[in-house]
Amino acid sequence: MPAVQETVDQVRSLDVDQYKYGFFTEIETDKAPKGLTEDTVRFISAKKNEPEWMLEWRLEAFRRWQTMREPDWARVSYPPIDYQDLYYYSAPKRPSQLSIDDIDPEILATYEKLGIPLRERDALLGIESGATKVAVDAVFDSVSVATTFKEELARAGVIFMPISEAVREHPELVRKYLGSVVPVTDNYFATLNSAVFSDGSFVYVPKGVRCPMELSTYFRINERNTGQFERTLIIADEGAYVSYLEGCTAPMRDENQLHAAVVELVALDDAEIKYSTVQNWYPGDKDGKGGIYNFVTKRGDCRGDRSKISWTQVETGSAITWKYPSCILRGDDSQGEFYSIAISNGRQQVDSGTKMIHLGKNTSSRIISKGIAAGYSDNTYRGLVSAHRKATGARNFTNCDSLLIGDKCGAHTVPYIESKNSSAQFEHEATTSKISDDQLFYCRQRGLDPEEATALIVNGFVKDVLQQLPMEFAVEAQKLIAVSLEGSVG
Amino acid sequence: MALLDIENLHAKIDGEHGKEILKGLSLKVNPGEVHAIMGPNGSGKSTLSYILAGKEDYEVTDGTVTLEGEDLLEMEIDERAAKGVFLAFQYPVEVPGVATMTFLRAALNAQRKKRGEAEISTPDFLRLVREKAGHLGINQDMLKRGVNVGFSGGEKKRAEILQMAVLEPKLCVLDETDSGLDIDALKVVSEGVNALRSPDRAMIVITHYQRLLNHIVPDFVHVMNQGRIVRSGGKELALELEANGYAEYQQDAA
Repeated sequence: MPAVQETVDQVRSLDVDQYKYGFFTEIETDKAPKGLTEDTVRFISAKKNEPEWMLEWRLEAFRRWQTMREPDWARVSYPPIDYQDLYYYSAPKRPSQLSIDDIDPEILATYEKLGIPLRERDALLGIESGATKVAVDAVFDSVSVATTFKEELARAGVIFMPISEAVREHPELVRKYLGSVVPVTDNYFATLNSAVFSDGSFVYVPKGVRCPMELSTYFRINERNTGQFERTLIIADEGAYVSYLEGCTAPMRDENQLHAAVVELVALDDAEIKYSTVQNWYPGDKDGKGGIYNFVTKRGDCRGDRSKISWTQVETGSAITWKYPSCILRGDDSQGEFYSIAISNGRQQVDSGTKMIHLGKNTSSRIISKGIAAGYSDNTYRGLVSAHRKATGARNFTNCDSLLIGDKCGAHTVPYIESKNSSAQFEHEATTSKISDDQLFYCRQRGLDPEEATALIVNGFVKDVLQQLPMEFAVEAQKLIAVSLEGSVG
Repeated sequence: MALLDIENLHAKIDGEHGKEILKGLSLKVNPGEVHAIMGPNGSGKSTLSYILAGKEDYEVTDGTVTLEGEDLLEMEIDERAAKGVFLAFQYPVEVPGVATMTFLRAALNAQRKKRGEAEISTPDFLRLVREKAGHLGINQDMLKRGVNVGFSGGEKKRAEILQMAVLEPKLCVLDETDSGLDIDALKVVSEGVNALRSPDRAMIVITHYQRLLNHIVPDFVHVMNQGRIVRSGGKELALELEANGYAEYQQDAA
């Protein structure tokens, strides 16, 4: 398996505790004053030239947020966040989204360093060498700096643009769907996001259209003390199909940074959305200093009959992860899937899982979760599978495996299963295992060094999920797994 | 120079009150030779194989082991493998989700890299495995399955020999390779081992029973008891043991 080899090369070339994407780009920025008040919300809305209704929507969220309390039920612990000590908006000074030549060369260089081509020409060169075409929306701190292949997508009728632009250009779609899956009042972090979200991607795939290429958004936090609050809204109209990928990185910093995103997916009759994430925010150093607090609300609504939403995630970064990509199976015969690999090392804390809410008839869902804990980390799977009274014939299969590396880490599984319909069939399988000394000895006796051996064993453990990822991502994810486990054997 | 030279080896189980298991074992193995080590349960046969491979549960308290003149005990486990030490496990370990094929390739390339050789090309690798697997009656399906996962006892042992054939070690240590094999499987495995006998490869065959040595005929037979080699001879010694048992050696030691 050449990918394993590559992985290992990469691990070797790095010292322990070295996060590859931890660099900072020096650019001039335009920031909102520190702190969060109604004025901050108005400032952001004004920056985006938003219509009145959008501002009202935000203000309502903000007022609501002030009455809410931060949730404390997750198995994570962190010092209180001072929400007044953060910047809520930071944008590169040069105007963005004009043409590629107007983008600050420093930002272009940043994305190049991250391996994300923003020049379509470069991406096209990629095609010639055999790679698939991927349209990219790049979000740098609070704004989207480039969206590629917009025109080509437009020819197919697909709308792919920064959400701030969609608010102005397609208000009818945004008003109809924004907040329809994750209501403004949903939870503390989602409500905060609703008040101050700055950018993110908007996708609309019209009836019967199969999106001609993979869509992807690349999120980068750059500025110090700045929260990132992106908002993504994807709508697949009747019979449409879209596959969407997101990737995330941030510089290494001693302070913790807040990331509170909301992702809403809507699939109408016979539509299918495949959403993949490779989350690699800075996890903090080996002693747990710094790193991203990742509080994310992701939810998909299988609103139409026979619709399908599939979440695939590879989570390796962040100091704290609080994230439960979910599916509401509203349409009859709709399907939800959740494939997850969550890796924690060092002092990382992960509390992640999914919710499958069966409302319609003959709905089915599948959950495959692989948690890997190393170092001093804690890794919790928290999941809910529920069948509504009317969800006749609901089916769920859950498989939840945890792998422990070393003896200082923890893996926890907290499944909730609720069925109000007697015809529902829910299956739950769970295992917890350790990379045993015998396995390591066996692999090393065949010539693999400890890190190669660990990477191989872990890749075997997560194989079922890796197979769900789009090809290029799978290779990337495999590398990431090895890199994030470096120094875990010892 | 001997390929393997063990001098007065003393070793105990790691830890403060670890029991001493090897108590002054010496053995010289030259290239091309096949040595059988026999002995009763608990005589230290498997411990010897683990110490040669570098398992970390043991502490060497005295003596030396050299491989082609180099201090073997100083080397990491994977370094020993790259230098040509191969241990066929009595109980091969499962690695779920990693196809046998993938495992073989990762192992071969890891060893080649440590020796400063180029990685094997995909076609060459496939050809190599197909050829070796064919001789051992290992089909494609088995190569796609996870390493040792769901393998029968016989399949596990055949898979060990396949790994040995692909990795082409200088020193093969076979730890009770005959345990758990029926007579047909024993034949297949022994033929696989015999096919690997060569003038520049040596083997140490650890076994409890003489049966295996009808198929893999050794040049030397050693009887081990209480952590030491108590008698050495030619292949006829195995037959004598088969007839008389180990009782005489155990009494000597007592």
